[in-house]
Amino acid sequence: MALAKDYQSVMARSNDIQKNALGLDYADFEKSPIAFDYDELMTSTGYTLDEINRIQGLYGVGNTPLLELRNITALARKYAKPGYGARIFVKDEACNASGSFKDRRAACAVAHAKKLGYKGVMAATSGNYGAAVASQAAMQGLKCIIVQECYDSNGVGQPEIVEKARKCEALGAEVVQLTVGPELFYSFLSILEDTGYFNASLYSPFGIAGIDTLGYEIAMQCREKLGKDPDMVVCTTAGGGMVTGTARGLKKAGCDATVVAASIDLTGLSMASDVDFNKKSCTTGHTGFGVPYATDPDHSDVPRSAARPLRYMDRYVTVTQGEVMYTTEMLANLEGLERGPAGNTALAAAFSLAQELPEDAILVVSETEYTGAGKHIQPQLAFAKENGIDVRFGDPKEDKPGTNLILPADPGLMKYKEADITRFRKSLIKKAVKKSGLAPADLTEDDIKFLIAETKTDEAFVKETLAEL
Amino acid sequence: MAKRGDWVRIHSVVLKAEERTAKLPDDTKKCDLQQWTKGFLQDETAEVGDEVTVKTAVGRLEKGTLIEEAPYYDHSYGVFVPEIIEIDRQLREIMKFGGEE
Repeated sequence: MALAKDYQSVMARSNDIQKNALGLDYADFEKSPIAFDYDELMTSTGYTLDEINRIQGLYGVGNTPLLELRNITALARKYAKPGYGARIFVKDEACNASGSFKDRRAACAVAHAKKLGYKGVMAATSGNYGAAVASQAAMQGLKCIIVQECYDSNGVGQPEIVEKARKCEALGAEVVQLTVGPELFYSFLSILEDTGYFNASLYSPFGIAGIDTLGYEIAMQCREKLGKDPDMVVCTTAGGGMVTGTARGLKKAGCDATVVAASIDLTGLSMASDVDFNKKSCTTGHTGFGVPYATDPDHSDVPRSAARPLRYMDRYVTVTQGEVMYTTEMLANLEGLERGPAGNTALAAAFSLAQELPEDAILVVSETEYTGAGKHIQPQLAFAKENGIDVRFGDPKEDKPGTNLILPADPGLMKYKEADITRFRKSLIKKAVKKSGLAPADLTEDDIKFLIAETKTDEAFVKETLAEL
Repeated sequence: MAKRGDWVRIHSVVLKAEERTAKLPDDTKKCDLQQWTKGFLQDETAEVGDEVTVKTAVGRLEKGTLIEEAPYYDHSYGVFVPEIIEIDRQLREIMKFGGEE
């Protein structure tokens, strides 16, 4: 008998569909309504750093150049006090097969799908991950479907996302595009169920383990090139995979650099709003993903996300869309590297973060991404103007997402904003307890330990937060 | 008119506005959840606006309204944005590329 394919019926089968599509039963890792065994989830898949390296080496992924941004460093020093202004380096992840660090995630996910005998892979993503999965599926001989949130209700697409659709198709994938809304997940699950493909989720343990090599390479390249470890590594943050994997890799290399997460501040714009959708000038790397995924990692397309950014970040900073656009032009014009804007979020933050570190300090920005039609500052700024956004020079402090886009009138005006990581940590604890349905007093020792690890804090912090509930 | 085997783009409504039960902002609640994909036309012939079936790149059969024959992308590098030239000028001036004038 054919299964009912209406919304309620498909969503009711969500757990079974996901289990079949991942070859992984998350129930095996659950320990209580709050805690699960994260380390066990990450190691159970058997992907050691060596194994991931081997897989990525086969498929055009990893070992990207670490480039010193000498002119940007010199420019930053003009606004720092004497003796300050760290050397800024960038990991040129645009050199991966499909043009972003997402290839690291996709290589492992697709290899895993192939090993388990799946005929195809699927991913729900409007970002570079689609091209990465399509590229890896092509290399490894599997079929591929990418599901994107791309258009507003008038069928007007974000130029950046339209470009990603084009690239996925060029790499042989079918692209299913939708208007704004979380019910994209219904279409995704429904097709997943019909095709029996593998869910190459961004948030699976295979996907996240693939990023470990990035952090590891950063540490090793700094040691080889500079004879020392980086002091700070800045990661653009949306779903949290980049910061999670990079920090894990740094740790595996025995490097204790400060890990800073950076997002574009899109406060005030609703991510599920049809009207707000095309008022954004950057469609990823922003707080609209960064904050919800940090404070509640488990609302993704898998039961338990392997991306758990608050376990790994030391600081969380924000920058504005205008600062990111300006920095992208700076990277092209002063360093000869034309790269996509969203991936330069961390670089925009690094410009002012570096000014607070001594001159001999090493600051590494963990990625660049490819650029192309639609996915470039000119079409993105032109699109902003078409949508009534006031694009002008000024002080980034005047930035109001959805209303204006302020390009810094002078590079000295670029200044990251420290986000309140304590508030995010508390929010994670409170959300976890609320979801579990437990009373704070009923939490076990294991639950407390889990929340300490989840927030990179200590027992006093967790207990104090629980007392606020 | 499109013939069987032609590459076309189709559109469908996945959920009508009144069928949307997810937690949504008011503006989104008023909109249908729409979907687009592409494939080889399976009907003998069809006009834009007809209900058709296509075979997608992965070989899936999908139904929808034919909206475009021989679909292509026309996203671009956008129109001239004078601010970009100004950023370049300013940065080059501060960094004194090529030495002092």
